[in-house]
Amino acid sequence: MKLMEYQSRQLLEEYGIPVPEAEVADTPEAASAAQAKLGGMVVVKAQVLSGGRGKAGGVRIARTPEDAAAVAGRILALEIGGHRVQRLLVTRAVKSVKEYYLSVLVDRNSKGIEAVFSDKGGITIEEAAAGHPGRIRHIALDPFRGPDEAAFLAGMGADDQGAVGGGAPGSGALDPKVARGIYEIAASLYRLCSEKDCSLVELNPLSLVEGGRLVALDAKIVVDDNGLPMHPELLPLRNPEEYGSDEIEAREAGLSYVGLDGNIGCMVNGAGLSMATMDLIKYYGAAPANFLDIGGSSNPEKVVKAFSILTGKPGVKAILINIFGGITRCDDVANGIIKARSMIEIGVPIVIRLIGTNDAKAKEILKEAGIEAYNDLGEAIKRVVSYVNGGAA
Amino acid sequence: MSILVDGDTKVIVQGITGRDGSFHARSMLAYGTKVVGGVTPGKGGTSVDSMPVFDAVDEAVRSTGADASIIFVPARFATAAIREAADSPIRLIVCITEGVPLVEMAQSYRYVKDRGKLLVGPNCPGLISPGKCKIGIMPGQIHTPGGVGVISRSGTLTYEIVYNLTKAGLGQSTCIGIGGDPITGLGFVEVLEMFGKDQGTDSVVIIGEIGGEAEEEAADYVKRGYPKKVVAFIAGRTAPPEKKMGHAGAIISGSRGTPDSKIKAFGDAGVTVVDRPDQIPAALRG
Repeated sequence: MKLMEYQSRQLLEEYGIPVPEAEVADTPEAASAAQAKLGGMVVVKAQVLSGGRGKAGGVRIARTPEDAAAVAGRILALEIGGHRVQRLLVTRAVKSVKEYYLSVLVDRNSKGIEAVFSDKGGITIEEAAAGHPGRIRHIALDPFRGPDEAAFLAGMGADDQGAVGGGAPGSGALDPKVARGIYEIAASLYRLCSEKDCSLVELNPLSLVEGGRLVALDAKIVVDDNGLPMHPELLPLRNPEEYGSDEIEAREAGLSYVGLDGNIGCMVNGAGLSMATMDLIKYYGAAPANFLDIGGSSNPEKVVKAFSILTGKPGVKAILINIFGGITRCDDVANGIIKARSMIEIGVPIVIRLIGTNDAKAKEILKEAGIEAYNDLGEAIKRVVSYVNGGAA
Repeated sequence: MSILVDGDTKVIVQGITGRDGSFHARSMLAYGTKVVGGVTPGKGGTSVDSMPVFDAVDEAVRSTGADASIIFVPARFATAAIREAADSPIRLIVCITEGVPLVEMAQSYRYVKDRGKLLVGPNCPGLISPGKCKIGIMPGQIHTPGGVGVISRSGTLTYEIVYNLTKAGLGQSTCIGIGGDPITGLGFVEVLEMFGKDQGTDSVVIIGEIGGEAEEEAADYVKRGYPKKVVAFIAGRTAPPEKKMGHAGAIISGSRGTPDSKIKAFGDAGVTVVDRPDQIPAALRG
């Protein structure tokens, strides 16, 4: 679950990580009031889940209440990453002396928790990595305890003089006091990440401001979906725009679903087989309308729900069902198909491939209803592709 | 020959009195696996068919001599179950449970490793050495003994591929599903290493998918000189970016985890990458 900046800030504050003063605003009037309250120069920022806000014109400066209202009006009219901007964060403008990048994340390659630090903050870490690979430091953390101070400082590359970047010429100096401040923030990020089950907690930039203070000017947090059941307090932070309405409907029914642009609706058991089925549809010359994994359970209701999602999706011209029975019993799926046909106007051709646990029984059930099922996956896919590609098998 | 398990492996089932645990305990037993008991806290002293139930893993191991465990407990108890098994004399821990939080898995990975134990999964179908031992949820009847080692991040896709192998007359030494989560215990490279040394394995099939860099690492490992033929299939060529495709680990993030990168890495390592599962038998023979 991805959090927006204003939501991420709430968690940062809870963990004592300094952020600039700010107000949330949903209208130009509210933005104007926020500027009046904060005083002086403010930054008005679009609250969206996608990156690239600045480039899209979603981050602007304002100096007066009128200014703030005008800027807010323009940002609220924007669409960024396919979503209309609906919320703004108005923050007091902060003058950075230096911008860093700091994140704590669960790293799948090392199978551990690590911190990533760069003294090239402010740009995306991918850009920094491409332009200055030596300036990005990956620091492994103890998964149970978080960063060890000495190891962390060494990992940052802070040498005796506080220089960062392997002491390369022109790498700039890092005051030992600043380095220690960054370590302390990393320790707080680790606590946040481990206690709230995050897969990523990222500060970019983490700014050094006049007077030597460190402030997180922007933040991105991704909460691990598997951890969410343990944190009911985080559930209200879910942003509906993270998923399509059909994806939410599917999730509520216990199905795993992703909508795509093609015209063959897919219903499969298992994630890997679902992906492979989509790939084969493409291989044989058509395009899948979706990814849909009905999971391992033997519940005819799930099949009915899956049908209702697929038949409700615009552009679906045929449906392919591919079941390799293991835990999933083919006869349960067959019963679900029969039930769905009696409840829903399906209206498009269905091609079925069933094999594995109780497949003979399933084929009997389907045969009685006049439905034929394939054994061979390739045959089934060629058949369904022929339906959408003008009937030529 | 086989890897990790053989006809002598003694297995306990953590969560044996649950719906999935009892069903699969019976199914493994019926396959011929030596399922010597199970664990459900508070149900010690009872039994599931002929299999005695204990309150704790340690007690179960002392009483039965089990050296492997399979975990079916709900996600919120899975971490404790993994660590309890790791603290006992159990050598091999197979965690079927889906939905284990990532931070907990990063910690459990270290926990298990520090104790010198082997973990398969979580979010996996388990493993099977056909005709000898099944510690998992796969349909046993589609497998047949032989010389192909199978490593996969998936469940039913593995069944599809094993079915194609068996139909083509190619039996399997061991088939292992390492799991679909971002962090799993054993990875492709460790299993490749085991298959490389196993005299009963002549060739290896890797079933990968989008997300992460495990396939690229496996390709690097093979490229450094691998004694056996390797064929790979990568699922998710049509997956859109930034979307989790069912498995928590199956996601293309930015420029990472793409099918192209994996296919290219295997190609560079001399591994045949097939477009369709049914091309695997011919690729193994070719």
